[in-house]
Amino acid sequence: MNVHEYQAKDLLRQYGVAVPAGGMAATPAEAEEVARGLDKGLVVVKAQVHAGGRGKGGGIKLAHSPAEAKQVAGEILGMQLKTHQTGPEGKLVRKVYVESGSEIAHEYYLGVVLDRAEEKLAIIASTEGGVEIEQVAAETPERIITVNVDGNAALPGYAARRVGFGLGFDGAQVKQLEVFLSGLFRLFVEKDCSLAEINPLVLTQGGDLLALDCKLNFDDNALYRHADVAALRDPEEEDARERAAQEIDLAYVGLDGNIGCMVNGAGLAMATLDMIQYCGGSPANFLDAGGGADKEKVKEAFKIILRDENVRAILVNIFGGIVRCDLIAEGVVAAAAELGIEVPLVVRLQGTNAEAGREILAASGLDITPAETLREAGERAVAAVGGA
Amino acid sequence: MAILCNAETRLLVQGMGRMGRFHAGLSLEYGTQVVGGVHPGKGGTTIDGIPVFNTVADAMAETEANASVIFVPPPGAADAILEAADAGIALSACITEGIPALDMLRAKRSLAGSGLRLVGPNCPGVVTPEQCRIGIMPAQITRPGPVGVISRSGTLTYEAVDQLSRLGIGQSTCLGIGGDAIIGTTFVDALRLFEDDPDTAAVIMIGEIGGSAEETAAAFIRDEMSKPVAAFIAGQNAPPGKRMGHAGAIIAGGKGRASDKIAALEAAGVFVAPSPAEIAETLAKNVPELAGS
Repeated sequence: MNVHEYQAKDLLRQYGVAVPAGGMAATPAEAEEVARGLDKGLVVVKAQVHAGGRGKGGGIKLAHSPAEAKQVAGEILGMQLKTHQTGPEGKLVRKVYVESGSEIAHEYYLGVVLDRAEEKLAIIASTEGGVEIEQVAAETPERIITVNVDGNAALPGYAARRVGFGLGFDGAQVKQLEVFLSGLFRLFVEKDCSLAEINPLVLTQGGDLLALDCKLNFDDNALYRHADVAALRDPEEEDARERAAQEIDLAYVGLDGNIGCMVNGAGLAMATLDMIQYCGGSPANFLDAGGGADKEKVKEAFKIILRDENVRAILVNIFGGIVRCDLIAEGVVAAAAELGIEVPLVVRLQGTNAEAGREILAASGLDITPAETLREAGERAVAAVGGA
Repeated sequence: MAILCNAETRLLVQGMGRMGRFHAGLSLEYGTQVVGGVHPGKGGTTIDGIPVFNTVADAMAETEANASVIFVPPPGAADAILEAADAGIALSACITEGIPALDMLRAKRSLAGSGLRLVGPNCPGVVTPEQCRIGIMPAQITRPGPVGVISRSGTLTYEAVDQLSRLGIGQSTCLGIGGDAIIGTTFVDALRLFEDDPDTAAVIMIGEIGGSAEETAAAFIRDEMSKPVAAFIAGQNAPPGKRMGHAGAIIAGGKGRASDKIAALEAAGVFVAPSPAEIAETLAKNVPELAGS
């Protein structure tokens, strides 16, 4: 789960990580008021959307007075912000964050991530801040410092020292970084983050370290034990179909093709997309109906697939292990009757009770194209939308 | 011989809830020696003819179990893994999906030096055809033979096994290693077991987007495997930054792409199937002596 910058910075403050003074505003008048409460003249007004690259898209602006803060907030609020992470349609800006401007001497990168290969946490730092770390990794990997540590709550002091001296800090700055980084690390571990990224971390002309921007991602599997984090979810930022699917325990990812897919199991669901593309077609979605798929779930899954107006055919691909194919078939028949599905249906049932499932489909009188193998399923779905 | 489990395996079921009971029954039906269940608070009772214990240690003292399957819900699953290790279980397959990544990170550190081999979590388990079923796989689609199957995905394992069986090629052992970011037995661990197993002549390995386990496996295959390996990588068209069902299936920061994994495997001499419909076919075509085995 992602959160907004203003929410992430609130968490940083709770963990003693230095951030510039600031506050969230949902209207231009609120932005003016926040700006008035900040002691410096220069403020930064930042669009709050779950996407990077906001500055380039016109979502971050400077203001030299509370009145100007009101004016630029008026320009940013309500805009459809387009960045390389929002997709071409952009994202509607509903909130801004107004914070004190900082006099920057240098920008750094500092992040904590789960390192899958090392099976540890990794602290990643670079002297190249303010740009994407992937770009630094590709172009100047020697400027990245990685320190692996165990996932315990306390960051060992040496790890912070390796990072600080590695970044070229002097002794006093390293001491400051120890406080900063141990707070960030404790936040990561205590709140079950999957990514905590400060980019840029700035050294001000006054010699202070500040988190200028912050991105926090949280492990969805651990939200059950962090009600405070779960409460930060902003449904407006999430894809409506993905959210609807999540509410009924289905994994759904919208894609831009025209063949809707309903599959059981994440691996087979990915492979089904691959099969469709291999046959020259284009899938409209990834959908894993899960191990507990039954009649009701199948119907709900159809509803979510059909919310996508681009869908011209639906491929159901079930390999029954725990899932019983006869129950899936009943769900398909019920959904087709109740929802009035008008697009062609290609259904492949394999595994547990597959034969019974196929009989239910055949006896239903519905216009369903059966498929025996994965290859047939792919070919027939692509043919159903008019071929490759 | 196969790997990990066989007719001698004595299985405990940790978590005798609805799922645990259901699959304990199917494993018994398949001929697996299910010797006990563990469910705190239900010790001393019998469920479906299986004696239940409060702790794994109690169960070990009574049953001489050497393997366990874990169905404990996510909040207690990492603890259940550590309990199995503490009691001296040799092999645990953890089926549970949704364990917090940091719980698994810490559990895996704790397992180092213990005698437990963990398979999973978020996996379908292990089947040695006609000998032993640990977990939730539809064992009826398997048949004994010379091909080892390893996969990060459950249903895609079934797909590959079904394709093999349709070609008349049987399996030595089939195991799902799990779809999470942090797992016990890795591709490399499983490949090494198959390389050392005299009953295995070839291996099918099914990977997916996310992480770099396939690249690590490719290096191992290149340097240390003598047996032929065929592979498929799922998620070739998955969009970056999106989690594709499995917690570990995400292309992040330009890493974890299917194309990089395929390139690494091909460079290591692995036969990579062009589509998921041709996994078994790709192996059979390149290793003709497997036909009808």
